[in-house]
Amino acid sequence: MANQAQLKISPELADKIRAYGAQTYPHECCGALLGRDTEVADRRVYREIHALHPLVNRRDDSPNNRFSVTSQDVLDAEKAARQQGFEVVGWYHSHPDHPARPSQYDRDHAWPWYSYIIVSVANRIPEEMTSWRLSDDRTEFESEEIGLQRVAS
Amino acid sequence: MSVKVIIPTPLRVYAGKADSTEVSARTVGEALGQLTSKFGDLRKHLFTEEGKLRSFVNVYVNDEDIRYLSKENTPTKDGDTISIVPSIAGGLL
Repeated sequence: MANQAQLKISPELADKIRAYGAQTYPHECCGALLGRDTEVADRRVYREIHALHPLVNRRDDSPNNRFSVTSQDVLDAEKAARQQGFEVVGWYHSHPDHPARPSQYDRDHAWPWYSYIIVSVANRIPEEMTSWRLSDDRTEFESEEIGLQRVAS
Repeated sequence: MSVKVIIPTPLRVYAGKADSTEVSARTVGEALGQLTSKFGDLRKHLFTEEGKLRSFVNVYVNDEDIRYLSKENTPTKDGDTISIVPSIAGGLL
C-alpha cells in the first residue's frame, strides 16, 4: 500500500470508544470513525479522527462475537460525516473477552482503505486498542499506528 | 445504455480517485463487468474468487436494491444510476 498511514485520534475520542465497548459488554459495540486524510510534504498520509458515529449492532442473533451495520447505517453515517465536514474513514468495534486482533471473519468482511479500530474489553474493562487496514490483495490486515493527540479542526 | 456507477469511498483509490464512472450496459451485471474491466483492482473487493458478488457489497439501481429486483440481471436504461454501498461486518471469531 502506497503512503503508509498513521491514525491520529484525541485521547478523549479514544476513551469514548473504550467506554462504548464497556457499556455494550458482553456484546460487541460498533460505530463509524469520522475524519479526514491529510497528505503531508513527504507523501505520508495522516488520518485524523474528529468524531464518532455510534451505531446499533444489527447482529442481535450473535452480538457477543459478531457485529454488522447495514448499508442504510453506512449511508446515515456518511450523511452525518458530510454534515460535519468530514467523511467516514473507518469503523470501530469491540472484542469482548478477546484480544484486539482482527479475526479471519473480520478480514473476510473488510473493505480496503478504511481504518478498523478494535478495542479489547475484558470483564467490562477496556484494554488494548489497535487499528488495522486491509491489504490491497485482501490477504492480511496491516497494523496502523494510533497516535493519541489532539487534532486540529 | 449509458449508466452512471457510483464508486464507494473505500474503492476510489483503485479507480484513480474517481467517485463515479459512466459505463455502457444493459444490465447491472454488465455494468459491474465494465467497471471491473476499467478498474481491474476493484474486482477482488467486489467479487469472490467464484465470481459472486460479496455479501457485504450492496448494489442499488436508482435507490432500489437489486436483491429485490433481478439481482445482476436487473436491466438498466439510459440515465440510470448504479450505487455500490458497503455494509460493514466483523467479529472476534
